[in-house]
Amino acid sequence: MVENNNTKISAKDVDVFYSEKQALNKISMDIKEKEVTALIGPSGCGKSTFLRCINRMNDLIEICKVTGSIKVDNEEIISSSTDVVSLRSKIGMVFQKPNPFPKSIFDNVAYGPSIHGLADTKSDLENIVITSLKKAGLYNEVKDRLNEPGTSLSGGQQQRLCIARAIAVNPEIILMDEPCSALDPIATAIIEELIDELRLNYTIIIVTHSMQQAARVSQKTCFFHLGELIESGETNKIFTNPDNTKTQDYITGRFG
Amino acid sequence: MNSTLTQERIIALRKKRSAQDLRFKYYGFIAMCLALAVLVFLLYSIFSRGFSAFQKTTILLEINYDQEVLKLTPNSTDQEIEKGKFFKVKKNALNNVFENLSKSDAKLIKKLFSTNIDKEIKNYYIDNPSVLNTTQKLWVTAHSNVDQMLKGNSRRDVPEDRRKLNDIQLSFIDQLVEEDRIQKEFNNFFFTRADSRHPEIAGIAGSFMGSLLTLFVVFILSFPIAIGASVYLEEFAPKNKLTELIEVNISNLAAVPSIVFGLLGLGVLLNVFGFPRSTPLVGGTVLALMTLPTIIIACRASLKAVPPSIKEGALAIGATKSQAVFHHVVPLALPGTLTGTIIGLAQALGETAPLIMIGMVAFIPNIPTGITEPSASLPVQIFLWVESAERGFQEKSAAAIMIILLFLFMMNALAVYLRNRFEKKW
Amino acid sequence: MFFWSIVLILIGIYSSYIFGKSRIKKLVYSTNLKPKSQYNYHAQYVLSWCLLPALIVYFSWAVFEEQIIQNLILDSFEYVEGAAYNDGLLLAEIRNVANNTDFSEGKSQEIINAASQYKSLKLTSEISFYISIIIIMILGSLYAVRKINIQFNAQDTIEKYIKYILIFCSSIAVLTTIGIIFSLIFESFRFFSQVSIFEFLFSTEWYPFIPIREGQAAAEGSFGAVPIFAGTFLIMIVAMCVAAPIGLLTAIYLSEYASQKVRKTVKPLLEILAGIPTIVYGFFAFVTVAPFVKSFGQSIGIDASPTSALAAGLVMGVMIIPFISSLSDDVINSVPQSLREGSLGIGANKAETIKKVILPAALPGIVGAFLLAISRAIGETMIVVVAAGTAANLTANPFENVTTVTVQIVVALIGDQEFDNPRTLSAFALGLVLFVITLSLNVLALRIVKKYRERYE
Ligand SMILES: Nc1ncnc2c1ncn2[C@@H]1O[C@H](COP(=O)(O)OP(=O)(O)OP(=O)(O)O)[C@@H](O)[C@H]1O
Ligand SMILES: [Mg+2]
Repeated sequence: MVENNNTKISAKDVDVFYSEKQALNKISMDIKEKEVTALIGPSGCGKSTFLRCINRMNDLIEICKVTGSIKVDNEEIISSSTDVVSLRSKIGMVFQKPNPFPKSIFDNVAYGPSIHGLADTKSDLENIVITSLKKAGLYNEVKDRLNEPGTSLSGGQQQRLCIARAIAVNPEIILMDEPCSALDPIATAIIEELIDELRLNYTIIIVTHSMQQAARVSQKTCFFHLGELIESGETNKIFTNPDNTKTQDYITGRFG
Repeated sequence: MNSTLTQERIIALRKKRSAQDLRFKYYGFIAMCLALAVLVFLLYSIFSRGFSAFQKTTILLEINYDQEVLKLTPNSTDQEIEKGKFFKVKKNALNNVFENLSKSDAKLIKKLFSTNIDKEIKNYYIDNPSVLNTTQKLWVTAHSNVDQMLKGNSRRDVPEDRRKLNDIQLSFIDQLVEEDRIQKEFNNFFFTRADSRHPEIAGIAGSFMGSLLTLFVVFILSFPIAIGASVYLEEFAPKNKLTELIEVNISNLAAVPSIVFGLLGLGVLLNVFGFPRSTPLVGGTVLALMTLPTIIIACRASLKAVPPSIKEGALAIGATKSQAVFHHVVPLALPGTLTGTIIGLAQALGETAPLIMIGMVAFIPNIPTGITEPSASLPVQIFLWVESAERGFQEKSAAAIMIILLFLFMMNALAVYLRNRFEKKW
Repeated sequence: MFFWSIVLILIGIYSSYIFGKSRIKKLVYSTNLKPKSQYNYHAQYVLSWCLLPALIVYFSWAVFEEQIIQNLILDSFEYVEGAAYNDGLLLAEIRNVANNTDFSEGKSQEIINAASQYKSLKLTSEISFYISIIIIMILGSLYAVRKINIQFNAQDTIEKYIKYILIFCSSIAVLTTIGIIFSLIFESFRFFSQVSIFEFLFSTEWYPFIPIREGQAAAEGSFGAVPIFAGTFLIMIVAMCVAAPIGLLTAIYLSEYASQKVRKTVKPLLEILAGIPTIVYGFFAFVTVAPFVKSFGQSIGIDASPTSALAAGLVMGVMIIPFISSLSDDVINSVPQSLREGSLGIGANKAETIKKVILPAALPGIVGAFLLAISRAIGETMIVVVAAGTAANLTANPFENVTTVTVQIVVALIGDQEFDNPRTLSAFALGLVLFVITLSLNVLALRIVKKYRERYE
């Protein structure tokens, strides 16, 4: 494995409040470029909350307040002057439940490139759609029915469609919030394989409840508990020899 | 002994109670049936009155298109034809309805015919110029009094001075009936003509067109504004006092009596902004303001029903808020909004009072063609006809009600269809 | 004017869009930098600066042109000593003559002069309209293009504009309310400057005198609205006597006794009743119910008026039935099931449960529903215009002829409107009363219903 030391995202003292309730407490971590980082922890510990800080999706929740600093490519993103739209086009996101638009498969993938003006001609657009679908490993299954609605696909296919949709806008980072939780083991395996391939080009952060999945796909792992980052580091180390007893307890299934 | 007595008492009481229960149930049942019976009775009383308006009475008239009398030649230009002496031809024809008519009888005969027959005689000639110097048998429209008498809407067994037709005229009519020179045919005037002072040639085409134009204005104004307002309130508005004020305002506006909207139209749109009076433009604007709350409420409900995950998906790939909303959420909310809009338009179609305020009650004898021309509207036309003293207008108003009910029914059916067809359960 | 201005605006839209796009492209080409926003947003920005001012010009012209021309005409009109003029008729005449020379025959010289002045003003206005709309579109586009540069965030700006438009849309509702209040208060103020407010509210003589002929001595009318309020109240009471029991019992039957099937068929039928236009009820009242009431009155020895309060009230009651039944139905359905089960569980039968448990629990909601229905009845117009009388009559006898607030509003405005005559203005004073009363009833009802709902949430 080629090690690299370029920090892509660096969070410092991130606090998140929902109204009065503190969901994250002083989170600081660095995430390296072109690696898969897994976020694990018991339910409600703030994994999704942290993930949604990175592409500012928390803005949608009115009561949510984020303080601290997150830098992406050394640029501060927790500030009112951040251009959220271009930030989000740089950071793709895949949700827990597949949420394709109720439009055709083609339009689902083409939507991002067209609003960002990535394609000047129709054939450019088609190329982008096809390469994205190919990268998401979905093209062979849907190539004959690009005009059918995206919602007619199976759950696993829908999730890959959402991945294709995310990579069509050429992001550098992909956030995945429990992308496999609604899928069966076979579809899960396909997505995991896909993540492994995508790692070559993208920085990936994945939230998962499956220890095995975290162990299989990630290089780095961060363990959250009650809104705090308890431990982070090489996946191998966390899973074989964690420093913290809480981490130990969690991964061996003693709580959570 | 004692226990059997209480036993009996309990049984009696129980009987009484269950009888009470039953009675209460029947009260409810009767109330419901009463409401439905009124509905049936209302529809019956309208339909039974209105059907006869779809027929008109015509009388066979022998017309001699004499070149000399008409002052026309076969080569006359259109303008000359326009000035032809058709009334003289008509006069001759009327004098010869029966043989040997006295002058006073001829006058009475004349009153059996519509004033429109000059035109009918002329139009027949324009369509068939070859009839010059021939005698033609033409079915021409009878006067409303004759029409009503033959349809049984006015009675002949009342004293002569309380009738529109006197005994001589009645005997003429009887004679015409006997000779098969009087008939009923489909009343095309009702569907092709605008209002008239003469019931037999009054129609709903003008007011119908006016209603259509008005609804067009209502739609053009209220649909986009309602969507804009709903989108703002659902997706953009911050939760503050101002937003709350707007929301309270909308829900209260829905309960303001329609006549007050009429006063708004008169006091502000006509007097301050100088909108043209009596036109679909101002009528439609007033009705649009009135239906706005209905549509906004429907639109907001359907916006709420769109799952937030769709919007999140769009935002996550870098769509701006308005792109996410207008490309993804609004299209999904459109069927619901459209349903609400149609229901709002149906309300607007039946609305009368505000239109009266802004002068759409004027007598408009022609069919409007634009939204800035004075015009009537269907419900106002009904109002005018109901208020009119002429008996012949009563069946007309009932028939116009039938038409308006038909349209309301179709609009509501369309709304239900749209709702069932496009409503998505997420 | 309409057609050509649309064409003009469309051309403006198209060319400003192209202009903006080519401009930003050129800038990008010459500086070789990546622009902050895409080309389309820059183009849209220029477009909106071309379109919005043009629309403003267009609408203000549409609204004010005629007004201004009319005022100019009237100002310079050479009134002939001694003749009586009606501004509205005069203007109509001038316009007719201007539009069609055929009408000029036999018209006086001053009218013909005014007509030609009208025509020339109209032409000037039209020409200046086209010129100003073109200039404003060009200026707007130029201004926008000057602001365009690589750093300019056109997308954000467009986003902001969209938001402004949306805010404008939602403020229409508020503007409507303001318009209503403004027009009612303003005209009522004029009314009360001629008629004392105490006379209006407390005197029992409603005799709004209208001079029928020109120059007839304009005798003081008297504007005591008490009989009108009383008539409105009487008809409302009759209506509620019909609608309250029938509507409530129907709601109870439908929600507590009826089978699913009955409910599914009856509810849409009641909705039909609710969707029938009120003018249709008016027809029904006038043609069917009123004669019936009259003959019924005769049969029991009362001389009923052909436009009796009873006929209008009965039909109005029918109109309100579905309103009450559907609102009460909602209210009864929101009584928690547990209350019902509690009562049935101790052996009460259904009627007892309804009377002793459900109705008391639902009472506030039902009161709210009745209040809404009353506000409906008071504001209802067409039934009473057609089926009730126009002469004010202070009576409690439903067989007699009474008049209502809405009828008087219609009667005051249906003929010639003269906004310096208290007769016309009285409509606005009555409208103000109507607005205040229905609004308070409504606010009260909604508050009661809301409190009630909160209790069972
Ligand atoms: N929209 C919200 N409003 C209020 N509180 C919220 C909201 N979303 C999350 N929270 C709170 O923030 C905390 C963290 O939530 P978060 O969704 O980040 O947990 P999570 O680690 O993703 O859990 P899971 O594994 O179940 O998805 C929780 O205690 C939750 O109750
Ligand atoms: Mg989560």
